[in-house]
Amino acid sequence: MRAPTFEKGNSPEDRKQHTVLELTVNNHPGVMSHVCGLFSRRAYNVEGILCMPTGDGSRSRIWLLVDRDRRLDQMIKQVMKLRDVIEVQSRGVDHQVFLDLEEFFRMGRIQA
Amino acid sequence: MKMTGAQIIVHLLERQGISAIAGIPGGANLPIYDALARRGTIQHVLARHEQGAGFIAQGMARVSGSPQVCFATSGPGVTNILTSIADAKLDSIPVICITGQVPRAMIGTDAFQEVDTYGMSIPITKHNFLVRSASELLEVVPEAFRIAASGRPGPVLIDVPKDVQTEEAEFEAWPEPGRPGPSPDLAMADLIRAAGLINSAKRPILYLGGGIMHSGSAEAAASFAEKGSIPITMTLMGLGAIPTDHPLAIGMLGMHAAGYTNMALEECDLLIAAGVRFDDRATGRVGEFCPNARIIHIDIDPSELDKIKAAHVGIVGDVGRALSMLLPLIEASTRSEWLDRIAALKARYPLEMSNGHNLCAPYGLIRHVAGLLDDSAIVATDVGQHQMWTAQVYPLRRPRQWLTSGGLGTMGFGIPAAIGAALAEPDRVIVCFSGDGSLMMNIQELATAVEQNVNVKIVLMDNSSLGLVRQQQDLFYGRRVYASIFQRRADFVKIAEGFGMSAFDLEPDGDRKAELAQAFSRPGPCLIRVPIDPDEKVYPMVPPGAANKEMIGGKTYACAHI
Repeated sequence: MRAPTFEKGNSPEDRKQHTVLELTVNNHPGVMSHVCGLFSRRAYNVEGILCMPTGDGSRSRIWLLVDRDRRLDQMIKQVMKLRDVIEVQSRGVDHQVFLDLEEFFRMGRIQA
Repeated sequence: MKMTGAQIIVHLLERQGISAIAGIPGGANLPIYDALARRGTIQHVLARHEQGAGFIAQGMARVSGSPQVCFATSGPGVTNILTSIADAKLDSIPVICITGQVPRAMIGTDAFQEVDTYGMSIPITKHNFLVRSASELLEVVPEAFRIAASGRPGPVLIDVPKDVQTEEAEFEAWPEPGRPGPSPDLAMADLIRAAGLINSAKRPILYLGGGIMHSGSAEAAASFAEKGSIPITMTLMGLGAIPTDHPLAIGMLGMHAAGYTNMALEECDLLIAAGVRFDDRATGRVGEFCPNARIIHIDIDPSELDKIKAAHVGIVGDVGRALSMLLPLIEASTRSEWLDRIAALKARYPLEMSNGHNLCAPYGLIRHVAGLLDDSAIVATDVGQHQMWTAQVYPLRRPRQWLTSGGLGTMGFGIPAAIGAALAEPDRVIVCFSGDGSLMMNIQELATAVEQNVNVKIVLMDNSSLGLVRQQQDLFYGRRVYASIFQRRADFVKIAEGFGMSAFDLEPDGDRKAELAQAFSRPGPCLIRVPIDPDEKVYPMVPPGAANKEMIGGKTYACAHI
């Protein structure tokens, strides 16, 4: 099995065109479907996705590595309409969460 | 209190003021039906196909403006009803769809009549729920009503596993019924900027859509337009916002607009878009829509602003409140130069109503039917040529008078939606213009119409074709008319009579006027079949993907200036 790579989507050049959205959401089944379904049906590219429960587990945080193009504002507005999305923040592409993950994948590949 | 999930649902619906529910029972929702029967407070309307049930609920919701309910069982019940829910999403109609699901322990096992209702309904609902316990219903049901009616309305689906319906829950008190939340506060600075643009505009046009109905702001829109002498165009969903004979009304815009409407939009210098979403059927090729205009866009859904067309001033909020707050900020004006120009365009590019007095031709038939009715009548349509002809010439004069499937364009919408309208407003006459193609997509609901004895008059324009498909093949596919003509004619009069509905056949050689009058004079449902020349077309027509000035039919519109 081939390890996933970030080479295509996350090279320094590509990364300039990306940004990280940080979503605070209610943690119950179906929320991920709502978020991912929204991006796919509006034909908006998601390069990376991470999700973890926070605090007491009633909420989760989702980080999305997405294209930074003219439709980004529109996508943020669409995401904010989802009932289970409590907050959306736009982080820079250099947000630690994906940089650390990139490192993790790189190590994984060396071991493979 | 101690009750089953099914009883909780029925009580909560009652508390929401629901008096009628359309649906079909099946294995996975029988506990709800049993609770409904035992309680005996809510009328159940048995549809003959779940799509019909969804459209009946839509008809009730479109006429009343409040959320209405439909039921379906799991599996095929769900897949059948999804079309009507998608339709409600596209036209922002508040519908609550409650579906049965296989018991919790069987979810995910490919059980009998199991489909992933939750997954399938995500993209076509405003929100959806899979209920995991009976007590959760106390929160979910009012919340569904709140969501459906708040802001931009829309459909909400609640999927209830069978064992949740039978599970007992203990609770202290009933929750408050779900009501629409407050609309967002308007930004005064935006309103002032908008008023500035309006006051300096020489050639403004007010562009009204379905949002005007949802916000109940037809009067606010009229006052606004009248103070500034601003011509008004309406989308298909906006028809009825302003009477078609209002001196400032310039008709529906877009693909089948009158020539002068689209030409006026070409020349306008300010477009005030209120409760609209710049649908492609309205705008044509969007890059060339209103090329000389600045845009003020007012909508309660923030994601509609700048979605298709960037606005110079975007206002998020209730469109009625926004127009009312703009009223004192705009200067009274006669704009006589612009209104003269509009009059000249209208004289040059009128809607050419061919055979407007001929009862055997679409426009003549529609006008004549309108003449038999007053403004209290409700007008429903199916989807196709008959829909566009009706939109073009029926004298619609009030909000919520006009029921049509705009965004999804669902053939089969008409009859069940008309039934729903009749159930919500039993004292009104409902006329449903349909075509033979559309009628056959939900023809089984004739049985429901008879059973409910609703006052629905179906005017069937029968050209034995999928007329709008045929028209496109004629115009854009080298006249290769293929798969759009029904080789065998159906006898719709016999079919209607077979369902127990009285029916009239308006043949060209008969006394059509007398027969029509007779059909409309009797209460209760009936079908009036009128043969239509299959070569009849809807003109003008903007070819799909073309700019609105590139209209086919009638005159040449290449030059905007007389």
